[in-house]
Amino acid sequence: MERVAIRVKVNGIEYRHEVEPRTLLVHYIRETLGLTGTHVGCDTSQCGACTVLLDGKAVKSCTLFAVQADGREVLTVEGLSRDGLHPVQEGFREKHGLQCGFCTPGMVLTAYALLKENPNPTEEEVRHYLEGNLCRCTGYQGIVEAVLWAAERMRTAQAAD
Amino acid sequence: MPYVGQAVKRKEDYRFLTGRGVYTDDLTLPGMVHAAFVRSPYAHARIRAIRTEAALKAPGVLAVLTGEDFAREGVKPMPVGWLLPTLKIPPRPVVARDEVHHVGEIVAVVVAETRAQAEDAALLVEVEYEPLPGVADLRKAVAPGAPELHPEAPGNVAFTWEIGDEKAVEEAFAKAHKVVRLSLRQQRLIPNAIEPRASLAAYNPGTGEYTLYTTSQNPHVHRLMHAAFILGIPEHKLRVVAPDVGGAFGSKIFPYPEEAAVLVAARRVGRPVKWAARRTESFLMDAHGRDHETEAEMAFDAEGRVLGLRVRTLANMGAYLSLFAPAIPTYLYGTLLSGQYRIPAIYCHVTGVFTNTTPVDAYRGAGRPEASYILERLMDLAAEEFGVDPADLRRKNFIPKDAFPYATPVALVYDSGNYEEAFQKALELADYWNLRKEQAELRAKGRYLGIGLSCYIEACGIAPSKVVGQLGAQAGLWESALVRVAPTGKVEVYTGSHSHGQGHETAFSQVVADLLGVSLEDVEIVHGDTGRIPFGMGTYGSRSAPVGLSAVVRAVEKVLDKARRIAAHLLEVAPEDLEYREGRFEVKGVPGKAKGFQEVALQAYLAHNLPEGMEPGLEATAFFDPSNFVFPFGTHVAVVEVFPETGEVKLLRYVAVDDCGPQINPLLVKGQVEGGVVQGIAQALLEEGVYDENGQLLTTSYMEYAMPRAAHIPRIEHGYTVTPSPVNPLGVKGIGEAGTIAAAQAVVNAVMDALKPFGVRHLDMPLTPEKIWRAIREKTPVAAD
Repeated sequence: MERVAIRVKVNGIEYRHEVEPRTLLVHYIRETLGLTGTHVGCDTSQCGACTVLLDGKAVKSCTLFAVQADGREVLTVEGLSRDGLHPVQEGFREKHGLQCGFCTPGMVLTAYALLKENPNPTEEEVRHYLEGNLCRCTGYQGIVEAVLWAAERMRTAQAAD
Repeated sequence: MPYVGQAVKRKEDYRFLTGRGVYTDDLTLPGMVHAAFVRSPYAHARIRAIRTEAALKAPGVLAVLTGEDFAREGVKPMPVGWLLPTLKIPPRPVVARDEVHHVGEIVAVVVAETRAQAEDAALLVEVEYEPLPGVADLRKAVAPGAPELHPEAPGNVAFTWEIGDEKAVEEAFAKAHKVVRLSLRQQRLIPNAIEPRASLAAYNPGTGEYTLYTTSQNPHVHRLMHAAFILGIPEHKLRVVAPDVGGAFGSKIFPYPEEAAVLVAARRVGRPVKWAARRTESFLMDAHGRDHETEAEMAFDAEGRVLGLRVRTLANMGAYLSLFAPAIPTYLYGTLLSGQYRIPAIYCHVTGVFTNTTPVDAYRGAGRPEASYILERLMDLAAEEFGVDPADLRRKNFIPKDAFPYATPVALVYDSGNYEEAFQKALELADYWNLRKEQAELRAKGRYLGIGLSCYIEACGIAPSKVVGQLGAQAGLWESALVRVAPTGKVEVYTGSHSHGQGHETAFSQVVADLLGVSLEDVEIVHGDTGRIPFGMGTYGSRSAPVGLSAVVRAVEKVLDKARRIAAHLLEVAPEDLEYREGRFEVKGVPGKAKGFQEVALQAYLAHNLPEGMEPGLEATAFFDPSNFVFPFGTHVAVVEVFPETGEVKLLRYVAVDDCGPQINPLLVKGQVEGGVVQGIAQALLEEGVYDENGQLLTTSYMEYAMPRAAHIPRIEHGYTVTPSPVNPLGVKGIGEAGTIAAAQAVVNAVMDALKPFGVRHLDMPLTPEKIWRAIREKTPVAAD
């Protein structure tokens, strides 16, 4: 099968690879780059376990081909924090926003995207923003509390700067 | 301050939050290749021929294996782990040979260099089917003239089973002042852990050893079933590893055909073989849950006291018997029909039925939600007929707190309980009586508020093994633990329990750290690998705290006992003269004369100065087999508003008061309750696995199967009571399933309460807007205009 050369920056590192045109971004991330924190939960863009940031926007990486990321920048859960936990990750730990951990990377990145857009969301806004991400363990309450906790923490940090 | 009882943050979170969890599909072995499955598109068909030539020629293909190949390899049918006297067991092949009995059943396995190549080639396998008449619906399957699935099971009856005293129930009904009847359907649910099942098998011909990495709740059960019953390989030559597992809810208890298939394929191609389910495969192959048709009747005296209960149920088994399928609608269902109530006479008759659908087995709650649903719906209907508040009718019938241990007429002895207290707390938290006033006020304004109660009981930590053996279990239900202290005093705990989200690494560490007086960081919990842990029974039925952790406690006690004898020897005193406090053996009454745990551990391994005849080392194994189940309980309250114009339900509030005995970690308890409650809410309002009349599953993705999402759910309000259990050392009860057992009927009762003015008596779940809208229109054609 023909292969296409792509250049993509993932978690700040630039990669050049030749990929099949049909390779999905999520498989490129997991199999070619070995970044297995991004998960596949449904294959049909409904569960959000594969969520990554593409040029700063939350996308479902099972919906995109790897070639569509050519020349663009991807952030996966592994790149969210260089040392320690990002406040969003910390919020999930603080508020028990994860159990089995499988949906967690997608949830964390979606929450991160929300707080970039809207640093002070209401509980209802958080619940609506997370509608594209399924969690079967937590019943969402811990997740919602985690995002609100992180929002507060990030606003306080910003105010202190 | 002790760790137990504190909301300790989870030890496992860091790896999951940073993407460093390792799930089965994350694993890669050298030389690894991939499997894809050819699956039946028919619910019932004869296989006339399978042509594999085209697939074999496709790029990257290493093997195409059919049912014939598996038969030649000596592969046996999937085993059944719970027997009933009348049970019929039609063989369930790993790969079908002559006939398929449900959509999704495996017909061939394709192995190729890449996953894409395997999936491409699977499309090239030509299977010639002769479609046969099938049946998916329970009532149709037992109707005269229905197509039969298996010659072993005439009339599609898998078993009949009964419990209780039928004659006593007849007498109770004969003298009843009022009898309340309900015909109901428990819809089929599909578990949908967010991690799809996955398996990676490797075979080393040099040693004859197999390794299976798989999504399992109980790796030793998988090992025993696959090695001894299915593949016929020596048990000790198969290592089963369940690494991080992304949710399970029962669906990962059972050995599955795909696991056996990749083990055989790995041996055949001589390379490791991986398969990870597509979500559609999960819908088609993961064991489903529930699916009952039930007729229930409850008899009352003039004062509203329950005199008797009679229940007849058809339970869908699917096309074959999954591992524990026969136990779910029998011993985990009929035995729970007393609930929180004193019911002098109960009789339950269950018919297990084969249909051309995916096999049904344990799904969170497993039998217990079905039982609780019946009782709680009947209580509400009875209250309406008596013209009393449902809260008052329930209160009148509770088993009083001084009646424990309480023997029900359906074989169980409840360990401990205080139902009234949890009930009262829930009513207070919900502000129940004011809600009733608000409801009346809103009704006057044409708004339809509904309030639903659910007083549930759970039975978990099923035991003791001797008793479950008498009931048909082909396994013991004890648990094992090995506590190994390193020379530096660090502690490794090898448990037979398995965590797939529950947080055992944290909760078990809390208990061990407290008992040993060491820090949480000095305790490591090891689970999920038959190559490391003692034979363990795994995690399901909310058994990890009452059974698994009890084994850990017993093993720690043994370690401490040996450590005490070493310390006494070193301090030249008698062991009884020592007191163990905060990690030190102190000589009573002699301040400062002490030996720390770490020093004792080191001495145990140096073995330079041990008591005469003592073996070196510091570790102990324990097996814990409890004397009884534990019975958590509670009361949940749901408040909804129904909009008659559209049939929509808005869940306004959800109050959960639960009693799981003393809590090891309130944060984890809260998480378990919330997750469980949302699964129950989703059963009430959203989820249903739907088959068409030909046995095609119509719900095979999240477009058709409505999963609960964050915006569907209100903030859950919690309350707790604490009633310890006498049957285990910590007094703990399970909490993994309580929410799911309680929630559906709380929500359904609330919706039906809201619909009372329209004269709608009962609707089956899920209560979709369409169903509600139609019911309102049918009863009162102009009501919404």
